[in-house]
Amino acid sequence: MAAHEYVVRTKGLVKIYTMGEEVLRALNGVDLDIRRGEYISIMGPSGSGKSTLFNAIGGLDKPDEGSVFINDVDMAQLDARELAYLRCHTIGYIFQTFNLIPVMTALENVTLPTVFAGAPTDQGIERGIELLNLVGLGHRLHHRPTQLSGGQQQRVAIARALANNPSIILADEPTGNLDLKTGEEIIELLRLLNREQGVTVISATHDYKMVNVSDRVVWIRDGKIAKIEERANIDIQVGQMAGEEH
Amino acid sequence: MSAEVPYRPSGAGDKIQKQIQLPFSKAWQISLQGIRIRWARSLITASGIFLGIAFFSFVRTAGLFPVNLADKEAVAAANRQTWLAIMALLVCFVGIMNAMLMSVTERFKEIGTMKCLGALDNFVVKLFFIEAGLMGILASFLGWLMGWLIMVLLHLISKGVEGMGGAFFGSSLKEMAVSVMIGATITMLAAVPPARRAAKMPPVAALRSEI
Ligand SMILES: Nc1ncnc2c1ncn2[C@@H]1O[C@H](COP(=O)(O)OP(=O)(O)OP(=O)(O)O)[C@@H](O)[C@H]1O
Ligand SMILES: [Mg+2]
Repeated sequence: MAAHEYVVRTKGLVKIYTMGEEVLRALNGVDLDIRRGEYISIMGPSGSGKSTLFNAIGGLDKPDEGSVFINDVDMAQLDARELAYLRCHTIGYIFQTFNLIPVMTALENVTLPTVFAGAPTDQGIERGIELLNLVGLGHRLHHRPTQLSGGQQQRVAIARALANNPSIILADEPTGNLDLKTGEEIIELLRLLNREQGVTVISATHDYKMVNVSDRVVWIRDGKIAKIEERANIDIQVGQMAGEEH
Repeated sequence: MSAEVPYRPSGAGDKIQKQIQLPFSKAWQISLQGIRIRWARSLITASGIFLGIAFFSFVRTAGLFPVNLADKEAVAAANRQTWLAIMALLVCFVGIMNAMLMSVTERFKEIGTMKCLGALDNFVVKLFFIEAGLMGILASFLGWLMGWLIMVLLHLISKGVEGMGGAFFGSSLKEMAVSVMIGATITMLAAVPPARRAAKMPPVAALRSEI
């Protein structure tokens, strides 16, 4: 089994939206290599193309030009069932709006990806309980999303994203709908999972707290990468910015 | 908080294969749960078919009582009523399709999310057909029962037990089967466009913030 150095590579990604006469290049030539086990934050102003990049990397939307490689496989070469496999096994998604299935309990939500993966029911449940314990919700297994706080829902979503042991977690503004403190807890949890389980975390965000924990920060502006900062440089900046280190 | 998670699903993160097709029983489980928890919403969707079949059964049950064939007026009225019942079923068909299309729209995000988690298009189709089938059967049965009860009651009031022998009950059972079959078929047919719409929904729908 080859250990791919890069989990995600994008080459010349272009995504064009046409609205009547207007042509918008939401992504305009994005080249990005993401190493296995990295914690990457994608930052940029609203409308800069973060979500568009997220969709392209996650195989949720096809780019108009360029390619995305996941574990050295060109996503454009995959058929519908292979894409579904990729979404099920290789990528875990976390959304700003949590997106738990409302009719299912926390445990059922976390177990659902294992169902799609064809895991035996008892193993899926075992896995679900483990993961909910891991995110600190072992006591909320049978609550439905409406009976959970926003932070708790996002924890369930994180547990669900990990269900099939993916190599990548993609998060689009995971703290966008949470208050400051809860958001911080979610970020810490993601960082912990990234460190201890080696899962690559790619997170689009407005949240400067994310910068603290990132290995690299990718700044996007107008559909292009403006700059990529390594952790070493970030620490100094944040230190200056926030006046304290976390 | 420990970060030890031993269970590793086979193949995860390695070679990309084709996503497996889930057995029918899984779709059945998930559908059933959806109906159970969203029963109020299911009730609204099913009410159309319930009322349509109730009327249909009412008319058909009336037909089970002996009519004086010499009374041309009565025979013509019975025929008219049958046509009315068929028209009612057509209206039902459109109504239930509309209700199901709405429920697909309401579940944009949920369906998109399921696809992000690895659901195949045909699994989503199965979910909607099972839901439609179950609602169709249950609502038609209840609709038949209601139409039948009302007709029988009216008959008892006006004519007593006249014509309500074993033959009547035997034919009633047959009518029940017909009603349930027609109701279930109509519901399943009405589910075709909504199910296709749901299946075609792209996974990006999960990210939409509205609704
Ligand atoms: N479906 C669409 N149709 C047309 N234009 C779109 C569509 N989706 C996004 N856009 C446009 O593409 C650009 C990039 O959008 P994107 O959602 O990627 O921004 P973002 O960086 O995620 O912003 P935010 O921080 O507000 O979430 C925006 O100008 C947006 O208006
Ligand atoms: Mg966005």
